[in-house]
Amino acid sequence: MEIFDWGRKRHFRFAETRGLAALLVLLTSGCDRGVLNPVGPVGGAEKMILINSTAIMLAIIIPTMIATIAVAWWFRAGNKKAKYRPDWEYSGAIELVIWSIPALTVILLGGIAWIGSHDLDPAKPLKSPNKPVNIQVVSLDWKWLFIYPDQGVATVNQLVVPAGTPVNFTLTSATVWNAFFVPQMGSLIYTMPRMATHLNLQADRPGVLQGESAQFSGDGFPGMQFEVHSVPPQQFAAWAASAHGGPALDSAAYAELQKPSSYVKPMTYGSVSPRLFDAILMNTAPPPIAPATTPPAMHVSPKTPLGQKNVR
Amino acid sequence: MTSSEAVAVGLTHGRSEDTGLGNRGPQSKSIVVPYGFWLFVLSDMVLFSALFASYATLVHATDGGPVASQLFDRTNVAIETASLLLSSFVCGLAIIAAKRKNLFWTEAWLVLTGLLGLVFLVIELREFSGMIAIGAGPQRSAFLSAFFTLVGCHGAHVTAGLLWIGTMIAQIWAKGFQPHVGRRLLCLSVFWHALDIIWVAIFTIVYLIGTLP
Amino acid sequence: MFGRLTWDAIPFNQPIPLITSIVVLCAIGAIVAWITWNRWWPYLWNEWITSTDHKRIGVMYIVLALVMLVRGFADALMMRAQQTVAVGASQGYLPPEHYDQIFSAHGTIMIFFMAMPFIIGLINFVVPLQLGVRDVAFPTMNNVSFWLTASGALLVNLSLFIGEFARTGWLAFPPLSEKAFSPGVGVDYYLVALQISGIGTVLTGVNFVTTILKIRAPGMSYMRMPIFTWTALAANLLIIAAFPVLTATYAMLMLDRYLGFHFFTNDGGGNSMLYMNLIWVWGHPEVYILALPAFGVFSEVASTFSGKPLFGYRSMVFATMAICIISFCVWLHHFFTMGAGADVNAIFGIASMIIAVPTGVKIFNWLFTMYGGRVRFSVPIHYLIGFMLTFAIGGMTGVLLAIPPVDFVVHNSLFLVAHFHNVIIGLVVFGVMAGYTYWFPKAFGFTLDERLGKIIFWCWFIGFYLAWFPEYALGFMGATRRLQHISDPSWQPYLDVAMIGAVVILAGIVLTVVQLLYSIKTREQRRDITGDPWDGRTLEWLTLSPPPHYNFAVLPDVHGEEAYWTRKQTAIKLDRLIDEPNYQPIELPLNTPVGVICAFFASLCGFAVIWYIWWLAILSLIGAFAVFVWYAWRDEHEHIIPVQEVRKNARERRRIREEHLQNLSQSV
Repeated sequence: MEIFDWGRKRHFRFAETRGLAALLVLLTSGCDRGVLNPVGPVGGAEKMILINSTAIMLAIIIPTMIATIAVAWWFRAGNKKAKYRPDWEYSGAIELVIWSIPALTVILLGGIAWIGSHDLDPAKPLKSPNKPVNIQVVSLDWKWLFIYPDQGVATVNQLVVPAGTPVNFTLTSATVWNAFFVPQMGSLIYTMPRMATHLNLQADRPGVLQGESAQFSGDGFPGMQFEVHSVPPQQFAAWAASAHGGPALDSAAYAELQKPSSYVKPMTYGSVSPRLFDAILMNTAPPPIAPATTPPAMHVSPKTPLGQKNVR
Repeated sequence: MTSSEAVAVGLTHGRSEDTGLGNRGPQSKSIVVPYGFWLFVLSDMVLFSALFASYATLVHATDGGPVASQLFDRTNVAIETASLLLSSFVCGLAIIAAKRKNLFWTEAWLVLTGLLGLVFLVIELREFSGMIAIGAGPQRSAFLSAFFTLVGCHGAHVTAGLLWIGTMIAQIWAKGFQPHVGRRLLCLSVFWHALDIIWVAIFTIVYLIGTLP
Repeated sequence: MFGRLTWDAIPFNQPIPLITSIVVLCAIGAIVAWITWNRWWPYLWNEWITSTDHKRIGVMYIVLALVMLVRGFADALMMRAQQTVAVGASQGYLPPEHYDQIFSAHGTIMIFFMAMPFIIGLINFVVPLQLGVRDVAFPTMNNVSFWLTASGALLVNLSLFIGEFARTGWLAFPPLSEKAFSPGVGVDYYLVALQISGIGTVLTGVNFVTTILKIRAPGMSYMRMPIFTWTALAANLLIIAAFPVLTATYAMLMLDRYLGFHFFTNDGGGNSMLYMNLIWVWGHPEVYILALPAFGVFSEVASTFSGKPLFGYRSMVFATMAICIISFCVWLHHFFTMGAGADVNAIFGIASMIIAVPTGVKIFNWLFTMYGGRVRFSVPIHYLIGFMLTFAIGGMTGVLLAIPPVDFVVHNSLFLVAHFHNVIIGLVVFGVMAGYTYWFPKAFGFTLDERLGKIIFWCWFIGFYLAWFPEYALGFMGATRRLQHISDPSWQPYLDVAMIGAVVILAGIVLTVVQLLYSIKTREQRRDITGDPWDGRTLEWLTLSPPPHYNFAVLPDVHGEEAYWTRKQTAIKLDRLIDEPNYQPIELPLNTPVGVICAFFASLCGFAVIWYIWWLAILSLIGAFAVFVWYAWRDEHEHIIPVQEVRKNARERRRIREEHLQNLSQSV
């Protein structure tokens, strides 16, 4: 590139190299367990949009950055070879071009945004031959409660999901806002008290993933990490069956959970009321654990004008 | 260089060409002060819009408690509206009297403006205390919090306006119709009329719509 | 009698706030003693504290901003240090209850008491001069605005010594900020301080919109106003339109906390999503209130130091007003993950991208301003080029965040934090530093040391990339924001590099203080004799430095865009100054103590409300009202500068200008 031939003003070359190096850092980072290493269709699609959009924009801003340095350098006051045009302050042709470049870029990216927002709407069920697993998520101070209504078990700070199967999350909070986030699976979503949000994710292959809360919620917030175990489907069924022997998540156990605590070790509960989630949502007392024949309660959500679409 | 040449190259004073809006130089205080005050009133209207938006969001969040149709009395509201509208009219009469530098009538109309405003305020306070007495206070539900805040904020502005009216009555009495006193009176009347506009919005959105069958 | 204020409020058992408090109180005591010893109080009172002169008020705003920069940056260093050591098994040296206050204070102070005062200070100092007039529309109200802002800053800093600050982040989202989850005084300090300074800000907005639209030199139509003035107009329109929403929202949260209302609570039907919407309806225009004047500074700098008019002036004006309006239409992009659905998310995402169009146009216009120019690599031009490079990246990451599915994986992460620091440092900090350097000679009569200025720039530039690029990487690795403890040791190297970056920036800030002191000490070497040290193009360079209290002996006639440039070029070409005008005595507003006294009562009332000392709150309110009425009762509003003084100053100016007529232009 031309600019590297103008050796003398070191700092401009320095700045450009720095920019490229920074880019390399960005690209090689997150190699092991972040957003750039997705394990499922949602995260995969989001990563693709991220990379494509970045590439499109880099194609514009890198030449602009180079031009900035080149123009400033060429037209420096000491350069007698540069033509001084003290009255040149307008050009219709240039105006047309410089309005068009960002406008066209925005039209392109806007299209990506529109399509991407609809394809990757968190509430949209994933296409899959397999039946989705339903998991209800409750954020407490400062740990995560995962209820498996169909399996009748619950866990704290540990999520077990079958690989290759869509997971349909319904989320709420028992206290303040949090955000459920497993970076390698994709989208995060807020958990809000008295409201239910919906999220659909999938882990394609078995493995251990990291999860966290992505919305600051108080003093115990940094301790809200949890592990996600994506396991083969048969192993998932076996786990659910064996979990039945564990302690019951009854009112007393839930009252214990409600007490503020952080960095809580993973726990599994062998039985849980299918209406516990709704009770938390409605801010009523947790119901007793009913026999397995009682159907889960109708899903209720408050009538708030905001967020109507994603709050069923 | 002749003076016309000097003019041509802009080396003399006072000959900037007529550009429409920019030619006259700084405007006088009698224009600038009310203009600035109008901007302030507009900012106050933005404040009320935020409260209206909150009211609209929370109007059905009654938490099992009293709803609008159970609480609002159209007769009361009609009397409040009449008092406030009348006080605006009377305030206008005060400005006319002030333009004529008629001390007695200016003060008299201002006193009447204040009294009518006080009538409005008393009715509103009675409405509030009545609601609180039956358990429909602002702590009962989000809807009631929004109601008391929106209507109460307007009432607080009316109270501030009454304090201002009292101060102006005293100032006019003590100082007569000096230019700065006249400008302040103008600002007061702008404020008072703006409160009327907000009230029209309140009684429509809160009371009329709230008591629709 | 003292509400809930007890001796427990003073952090006797917490070493860090305790030692900081003692050091700060000693420093304040030393400064007060030094002023008293030198008998400077009358001078300070008459010339600065009670001044209604926009130039003095502007300088006071910037002094406040620089002091708050030090406080806010101290918080940043503590956060960086904590995140460097609290990895894996270690919990670091800051327990959560302190760390949470520190990051909340950092954001609050940097936005409300550093960036806003710096921008408003520059606007205060420059705009009336650029408009060719003597002062703003409401000079006394201007003084009140400053002191109310200072009152807010005082209360926030007081929370370090007495009580605690909010632990909720700089925007205090409910339900975390409700009484149930934040029962202490912290959130109350936050709300009360910002309500008080918010009133000051709205008054500033009213003041400047009125000034710009109604008080300009003869002949200065809208399309002849300097571009910085246009951006100041746009920013102040945004202030009038956005800040009342903040006032209303904070009032609602205060009602929840103080009187048990249910706007945003978990029970009673409260809706915390409502707060999210309202606060960001304010929050997004707020960042444009900071950004637009910074763009304006860069426009002035680009044109002056290239020796050319700004390229595409009309386009820039249109772009500025377009950004002003669109900034009100994008707020939802701050909470794409709240679940509003695909249509709503997509619409707001696209609207957010649309703002990138006029912004991109501006970058190209600055590029073409330099094209065909003679670019002098002064300190402000360093900041311009640094800004154009840095902001391009920051804008790109912003557009990325505006795509909802991308936001779904980086929301609230360190990627987000890196993005907004990228644009705030790259645009606002670089802009105010450029403006500070550019207009310093106008305010004080001598330029700042240039070599130190360049070193400070490189500290900021290099420090920024070292501090924030690792954070972009960490964001992709799943790091979320506001973590008091890091569980993944593989992040250590990135955090270490970020710490180094913060230290480099610290060097820049320390050198800024050194530069100021050194420049004052050696000011005779860099005296600005003519008042036009940079070969300027706008009317502020017409006066001597510093300008007389009344700015211009006679308001200049404006004959075209770049009012001063055309007049200067004509004078140089014809080798004579403009004809001597007909001098008149000049009326100027009197000084007034109403600002500082009202702020005193506001601070007292605020403190009383925070600590539930109701009798004091009521008394202070009565006191404030009494001060207003007392002030309104005065009959003398102005004092007159006699015509002999005006003539004498003007002739001195003409004499100097005539001597240096040929030297004034470096481009002819």
